[in-house]
Amino acid sequence: MKKQVIIIPCSGIGKSLGTVGRVATYKVTDELRPEKTRTVCLPLLTIGDKEAVQLVKKNPCITIDGCPAQCSKKNVEVSHGKLAHQIVVTSVLRENRTLKPSGVIELNPEGNQLANVIAEKVSEKVDEIMGEKKK
Amino acid sequence: MTLAKGKVGIICCSGEDLPEGTISRVAVRLVLEKLRPDKTVTLCLPLFLAGGEEERGFARLFPTIAIDGCDKKCAAIGTAKYSGKPAATIMVSEILKKHPDVKAVSHATLNAEEMKVAVEVAEEIAKKVDEILRSQK
Repeated sequence: MKKQVIIIPCSGIGKSLGTVGRVATYKVTDELRPEKTRTVCLPLLTIGDKEAVQLVKKNPCITIDGCPAQCSKKNVEVSHGKLAHQIVVTSVLRENRTLKPSGVIELNPEGNQLANVIAEKVSEKVDEIMGEKKK
Repeated sequence: MTLAKGKVGIICCSGEDLPEGTISRVAVRLVLEKLRPDKTVTLCLPLFLAGGEEERGFARLFPTIAIDGCDKKCAAIGTAKYSGKPAATIMVSEILKKHPDVKAVSHATLNAEEMKVAVEVAEEIAKKVDEILRSQK
């Protein structure tokens, strides 16, 4: 199996921040770095699914958490996964205060822009992890 | 901790790797926002592992309905493992079998056909919410 970076959002359902992480993940895995990345269902780690645990143990992981509870990061850590980088949406929001997200089923335009900012950050990190960072 | 009357907890898998996970997520939000806003609450499934006793007490406080995208049943298994056995379960992949013409493919945003299935799942959840609350009386 070729090495890929596993992008794991928390997908928190209570707030739009969880949707921002989820949308950012799909922008990376489906559009920006489809060959180098994939995602895995976070709940599989929560229940200790063997296949999912092996995946995060064998491949570098980037977690995207909506809030400071950091569910994705903690689930990867409990699974003894290779945590290469973590992003918390609230931290990126502090750097981009005009991009206030709203909506869970569907993000508002500002939320989508915030997801784009995060997706770019994640893509840069993916390149770095894969040893392809542009100088 | 005693069971809270009048509210039902909904836990969905929100599985990231499958379109069915997005359908489960959208269906739950439709129930929370539109169909039964005063009768339902939710909790992020990964919080059962990442959180503390307060989160793990969720299914002891509320009767729960687990909504799963696929037969891995993460929401049902995770809720039972960390908190308490769900009062009811729903699997999106089973409801999709009733619609062989619908191929679930979307990740971030559901298409019109997938949204119809999400609405059907939401209505099924709402029906189970009403049944559970009726049984509490």
